[in-house]
Amino acid sequence: MNRFDYIKPASVSEAVTEAARPGSAYLAAGTNMLDLMKVGVVGPERIIDVTGLPGLADIEWLTDGSVRIGALVRNSDLAYDTRFAETFPMVAEALLSGASAQLRNAATVGGNLMQRTRCAYFLDPASACNKREPGSGCDAREGENRLHAVIGFTEHCIAVHPSDFCVPLVALGAEVEVESLDGKRTIPLAEFHLLPGDTPHVETALRPGELITGLKLPAQAAAFSGHARYLKLRERTSYAFAVVSAAAALDMADGRIRQARIALGGVAAKPWRAEEAEASLVGAEASPSVFARAGEIALAGAHPSGSNAFKIELARRIVARALALALEGTPEAMPALPASPFSTLSGETSGVAHVA
Amino acid sequence: MSPDTQSTTIPRHVRHGSNAGQPVSRRDGVLKVTGAATYAADNHPEGMLHAVIVPSTIARGRVRSLDVSAAKAHPGIVEVITPENRIPLHFDPNDKMPPFGFRVEVLQDDSVRYVNQPIAVVVAETLEAATEGARLLAPRYEEELPRTDLDNGERYDAEAVGVGAPAVTTAGDIDAGFAAATRVTEAEYYTPPQYHNAMEPHAVVAEWNGDHLTLDMPNQALRMSAASYAQYFGIPVENVLIRSPFLGGGFGSKAILNGPQILGILAARQVGRPVKLVLTRAQMYGPVGHRGRTWQKLRLGTDAEGKLTALHHTSIGATSSFDDFVEPAANTSLMLYASPAIRADHKGLRLDIGTPGPMRAPGEASGSAALEVAIDEAAQACGMDPLAFRLANYAETEPTSGRPYSSKALRECYEQGAASFGWSNRPLEPGTMRDENGFLVGWGMGTAVFPCPQFPAEARATLRADGTALVETGGVDMGQGAWTALAQLAAEALGLDLDQVEFHSGRSDLPDGGVAGGSGHTASAGQALSNAGSDVIAQLSEIAVNDPDSPLFGAGNIGVVAGEGRLYRRDDETRSETYAEILARAGRAELVGSGKSGRDPASADRFAMNSHGAVFAEVKVDPALMQVKVTRLVGAFAAGRVINPKLVRSQYYGGMIWGISFALQEEALADRRTGRIMNADLAEYHVPVNADVPEMEAILVPEVDPHVSPLGIKGVGEIGVTGTVGAIANAVWHATGIRVRKYPIRLEDLLARR
Repeated sequence: MNRFDYIKPASVSEAVTEAARPGSAYLAAGTNMLDLMKVGVVGPERIIDVTGLPGLADIEWLTDGSVRIGALVRNSDLAYDTRFAETFPMVAEALLSGASAQLRNAATVGGNLMQRTRCAYFLDPASACNKREPGSGCDAREGENRLHAVIGFTEHCIAVHPSDFCVPLVALGAEVEVESLDGKRTIPLAEFHLLPGDTPHVETALRPGELITGLKLPAQAAAFSGHARYLKLRERTSYAFAVVSAAAALDMADGRIRQARIALGGVAAKPWRAEEAEASLVGAEASPSVFARAGEIALAGAHPSGSNAFKIELARRIVARALALALEGTPEAMPALPASPFSTLSGETSGVAHVA
Repeated sequence: MSPDTQSTTIPRHVRHGSNAGQPVSRRDGVLKVTGAATYAADNHPEGMLHAVIVPSTIARGRVRSLDVSAAKAHPGIVEVITPENRIPLHFDPNDKMPPFGFRVEVLQDDSVRYVNQPIAVVVAETLEAATEGARLLAPRYEEELPRTDLDNGERYDAEAVGVGAPAVTTAGDIDAGFAAATRVTEAEYYTPPQYHNAMEPHAVVAEWNGDHLTLDMPNQALRMSAASYAQYFGIPVENVLIRSPFLGGGFGSKAILNGPQILGILAARQVGRPVKLVLTRAQMYGPVGHRGRTWQKLRLGTDAEGKLTALHHTSIGATSSFDDFVEPAANTSLMLYASPAIRADHKGLRLDIGTPGPMRAPGEASGSAALEVAIDEAAQACGMDPLAFRLANYAETEPTSGRPYSSKALRECYEQGAASFGWSNRPLEPGTMRDENGFLVGWGMGTAVFPCPQFPAEARATLRADGTALVETGGVDMGQGAWTALAQLAAEALGLDLDQVEFHSGRSDLPDGGVAGGSGHTASAGQALSNAGSDVIAQLSEIAVNDPDSPLFGAGNIGVVAGEGRLYRRDDETRSETYAEILARAGRAELVGSGKSGRDPASADRFAMNSHGAVFAEVKVDPALMQVKVTRLVGAFAAGRVINPKLVRSQYYGGMIWGISFALQEEALADRRTGRIMNADLAEYHVPVNADVPEMEAILVPEVDPHVSPLGIKGVGEIGVTGTVGAIANAVWHATGIRVRKYPIRLEDLLARR
């Protein structure tokens, strides 16, 4: 077996010290990274297991109304936290629409931000992939690419970011807290994931050795709690990545839209916030036509990267639908099929409080 | 641990008159859910080594180099087996081993014929070392351009399709049939490559002791496989023992010998220690068979009354460059609908892929997926309800031969299925139904059909002095419930309660249980067990009625009946005696009986024999996003005598869920430049999750068949897939007005036209 050093630090400062050495990688639940190691896509020489670090597994409400989520909070713990789910319902819905119950019980908030693309060519060491092996080419461009990017891609890479969680987070203006030997800093999530350009192997704004310690959601994000939905199209009802997804949130006043938030998943190498589409809604009276127009604007720069033109139309429609669902209001309880267009089919709920 | 070594865990069976026919829970259930059931790879003989396959990453060419020295230098590596050093086999792997063997790749040369072909085997002290050794081999290839699709593969006239089925069948005058038609509907359909994806991967633990070979492996055909391995390794068949108490799914892929398992046995021989070899999920996409792609065309002529005048079904089936298994898809059209003229023909298409093989309902699944949509399209063209159209074309006798059916309660299946589903409320026009949430609603149906073979099988029954019995056959439980249903049949014949019968199965040194395939295992092994039990009871009766001290003395002409461990005088049940008493007085420690199975050739000649069914599906479709969800499935099936309704229902449910999978989810995506399968794992190769499975109903339509076998059992394992796929596709059309003629039906197929 490919040997690596395993280090389990007891403190954040110890962790970042260890990680400053080349060839190091942080390990949390490993739900993605261990799979990649097994098939030879990644092969770190030193694994820094951060699961024992103190103080990173809390959900902390600050006096200004913002919330700080420790990097080691489990996906399911966050989704089932009543106050969190009530305040940021579309984040909880996105979390519960991802992976499987077993994976959600293991996967962490910080790890979710770092999950790698599902592009089959990235996952196949026998294929050319600029992300896995810079300069080797991109076999996806002429390959099986019906689920690949329609926005922000380049000839070097057409992969998409697979996260559900990050989509509503970027819509709500989340920030990522990181720490290294050089100290602490905060990175807006919208700037955390990078488009491929000609360096698709550089996926995030993290500097070498930097550790994600937490996520922050600003207090003003709570303004959308009454009108927020995450909607995800997928090819089976659960345990499938999004074909396209959308987070939509409205702040309504007297029948008019005071402010709106829209982000798309499955369309680009990063969770894609559609700020111009949001702006088009401000002050408007909610209607199917303004929502449809928001969908058009959100996808204005889109074009196919392969046999995936259908995703553009699908993304327009899902934006309009997610906005319409958001307008109807956040459901009182988490739908039995979170984020599914069919979430209304079953009268049962998953038991999560979800009230604005 | 298997049920025959763990009889205390068998729940006591509550008996209501008879063993057969009772919904007994599976006897191996507790072992499985507690993890006590041992599967092949759970066996770790002393000194065992781990072997891993090195799979090719190209589809066509040859291996130019392997860095054997790098691999051998890795700690823990014991041997690297390549074409240069592998020990010889006694049977040429480029020949086909009769009766069902395929050509296999076992390092006979350096050629590469498909992706994931084994090109070396690494044997090591640990799985991790073997895996790393495989990586260190860093193969280099001379690549040739692979043939991966319809436009670059070589088409040829297949001599036979499936397992020895005719490639071309014509009944009646097809040209005259179309000339007589007032309407002809014609369309093309595509089915993708699908892989068995049994939960348990192919595995073997091989241990040699001189010229004796013990194998722990999941296997659907114990005796046949033992004989084949004996030939490959040049040893007598009685020297081979296969133990296969449980299979984590087979679906046809564990019925036929494959290269990797032979290589595991060979590795054990070559290194002189026991060896375990387990395929990874990704390695199952190539050397162990799959359901081959088909390109089908259906042409239906109908007259003014909506009766078929001609039915022509053509299929091109993909196979490998070096062996023939062409999906017998078109032959489904020979089985179902009455037409004065029917033609089914096939062509093969050579691609650089692993050889396809039988996968749950081979032929019928793919063929029915096209035929049932074509029938729906013809009904639409005729302005008829799809059920009325099917009834108008109901085959009272076998369409191609005119032979009577041994039994055929398909009309009852249609009636009961339609009634339960509420089919009579279906509007003829598509796109007219909406639910309260605004989703489009569609209803579709399909006819299910599958043959009901009975294979040769043997069994032994031993009645012991204490009145209990041991019954034995080399049966195969791949999840369908053989441990339970076969024991029920034996207990029935022996007149004993189920818990008075010890059942040994799942080993090749037992009487030949035949093949668990073709949905024929219960009909075959079950008949042999039943006959063995009857044989013992006949011997016991003979003793009792001739024993002056028995209350049954002299009942020879009247006869006796067996039940609850006693023999009763047929005309006077107050006169009876226990088995133990009869044996004790006769001084017999045990009585041994034997039984065989095999279809009466006269019946096989006289009658057409199938299981039948009707499947009704409801789907809902989001009118803008076009996501499809199956919301209801009702299947009504007639398959002769039902031995265990609980297990039979599970088989129907499983088949219908497979139908959802075929219609909406499953597809192996091969890169057409390289032939590499880009979704060879269960995250990306989709099969249904629980949330995809709707409310389902499986109706067991009574059917008595005096001709298929003395027990009247047909088969239930595969039929549920057929009919369901087309029913779902037809429901999608009925919801949307969009006819999708390729599987799986995807978002973009519907979005593009709406």
